[in-house]
Amino acid sequence: MAATEIDVKYVAHLARIALSPEEEQKLGAQLGNILGYIEKLNQADVSGVEPTAHAFPLVNVTRPDETRPSMSNEDALRNAPAKAGGLFIVPKIVE
Amino acid sequence: MLNQLTIAELTAKLTRREASAREATQACLDQINRVDKQIHAFISFDAADALAQADAADKLLASGGEANMPLLGVPIAIKDVLAVKGQPLNCGSKILGNFISPYDATAIQKLKAAGAIVFGRLNMDEFAMGSSTENSAFGVTRNPWDTTRIPGGSSGGSAAAVAADECIATLGTDTGGSIRQPAALCGVVGMKPSYGRISRYGLVAFASSLDQIGPFTKNVRDTATLLEVMSGIDHCDSTSMPQPVPRYASNLGGGVKGLKLGLPKEYMIGGLDPEVKQAVDAAVKKLESLGAELVEVSLPHTDYAVATYYIIATAEASANLARFDGVRYCARVDGKDPIEMYGKTRGAGFGPEVKRRVILGTYVLSSGYYDAYYLRAQKVRTLIRNDFLKAFEKVDAIVTPTTPTAAFKIGEKSDDPLQMYLSDIFTISCNLAGICGLSLPCGFTKSPKLPIGLQLLGKPFGEETILRIAHTYEQGTTWHKEKAPSAQ
Repeated sequence: MAATEIDVKYVAHLARIALSPEEEQKLGAQLGNILGYIEKLNQADVSGVEPTAHAFPLVNVTRPDETRPSMSNEDALRNAPAKAGGLFIVPKIVE
Repeated sequence: MLNQLTIAELTAKLTRREASAREATQACLDQINRVDKQIHAFISFDAADALAQADAADKLLASGGEANMPLLGVPIAIKDVLAVKGQPLNCGSKILGNFISPYDATAIQKLKAAGAIVFGRLNMDEFAMGSSTENSAFGVTRNPWDTTRIPGGSSGGSAAAVAADECIATLGTDTGGSIRQPAALCGVVGMKPSYGRISRYGLVAFASSLDQIGPFTKNVRDTATLLEVMSGIDHCDSTSMPQPVPRYASNLGGGVKGLKLGLPKEYMIGGLDPEVKQAVDAAVKKLESLGAELVEVSLPHTDYAVATYYIIATAEASANLARFDGVRYCARVDGKDPIEMYGKTRGAGFGPEVKRRVILGTYVLSSGYYDAYYLRAQKVRTLIRNDFLKAFEKVDAIVTPTTPTAAFKIGEKSDDPLQMYLSDIFTISCNLAGICGLSLPCGFTKSPKLPIGLQLLGKPFGEETILRIAHTYEQGTTWHKEKAPSAQ
């Protein structure tokens, strides 16, 4: 059950989680261990097997295309960290 | 004392006007005041609001309103991962800050429509990730049978609150065993319905193809009652299934004569504690004496279940937890641009287990690794599911221990995440296959006296069968009458 090296810094950036150097190191070791265990899946014979994304695949679950009441603007903004004029305020994205 | 009653016992008393909903609610609040400083099942609760709901229930009871409200006046507490309008929603995490739910989850709406007094936020592993309730940002919950030990997780608060008689029943959620395992460790009944049985609208998603809401109760009848109230298709959850809802609470009789119980040979493994094995063996013999037929079955892909789960669940979690970015909600940590804001908000707000799983999930979905990990895990999931479907051609239900050991000590496994994951071995396949499962008490370890759980796994939408088997076993034993030291 060999540990696997993973580029924690890169993956943390994909996941948008800022980690301290200590966290990066600790996580790297723990995840390496876990991934080493997960290697055992390579022993399973999956030839010709369809993947299961969902236990009971439903398809085309729709409702009539009619307007129904939804959450008010006020309720939607209630937990906003920053808001003004009925909108969420965020740091500038585009210069 | 009213807080020690079951749903059936309490509703009978309320109907006969032998007690009021207010008295019952006050009894629960008194018990919380007595024991929760030690147990810490609750993150918070609003006593005034609970009593106001009780008064409203009493008005309805006075005018005979209990006819189509099977839970009228019954105090039920809720795991902190379900939206209850106007109440805090934290999912055991710091990241949600002072979030107040703007709506009721469908399951909560159904409880309220049935007259329940819905109160309290029960402690849990952060975002339902954990098996011990040691990953909460709000402190550890302690097992009412031995307060140096874990109650299980992630619905540890839900299990402990019922075991300590702090309320009549609770709701939890189960993604890899998070209802059944704490139920076993705390000596109560806990059920995960089939995937799609209960709407997930208003349940903060961890793994969308695995999550289900379910009840914790003091006996099997109460579980059937709550399942009946909460089940059914919901247009707000496109994964909820259209199967009709049987009268679960009326179909518990019938015994087990002629039913075939499967014993999976792969489950009697090395790491199984001898006392757990002994209790489960005795329970199986008891079921045989009550008329069931025992059949050995094989679930050949059992050994892959934990690895499969920790790829699929973490992958889905990495997608579901992407929403916690500080934009529309969260305890935002500012940054010079949104990317920095996301990184800092999530870095500060997520606990170590959540970070571990989100990063693992991101990795297994990332370019170059998707096929090797995620796609392969989905294929193994098919094999695991087929193992169960094949076994259910031969048997009506499968019987196993719920956990390999009784409750371990707080801190014992928290340094080794992999060890913690491996303890989920018996519960995890059920979620991957989408089938139903429940745990009920089947004995105790000797010293210290700790509960042991028996797990029954049923076909997809086969809840009636496992409830009937569980009820028959329960009524033929006295485990369910024993109370935790903290409850006395």
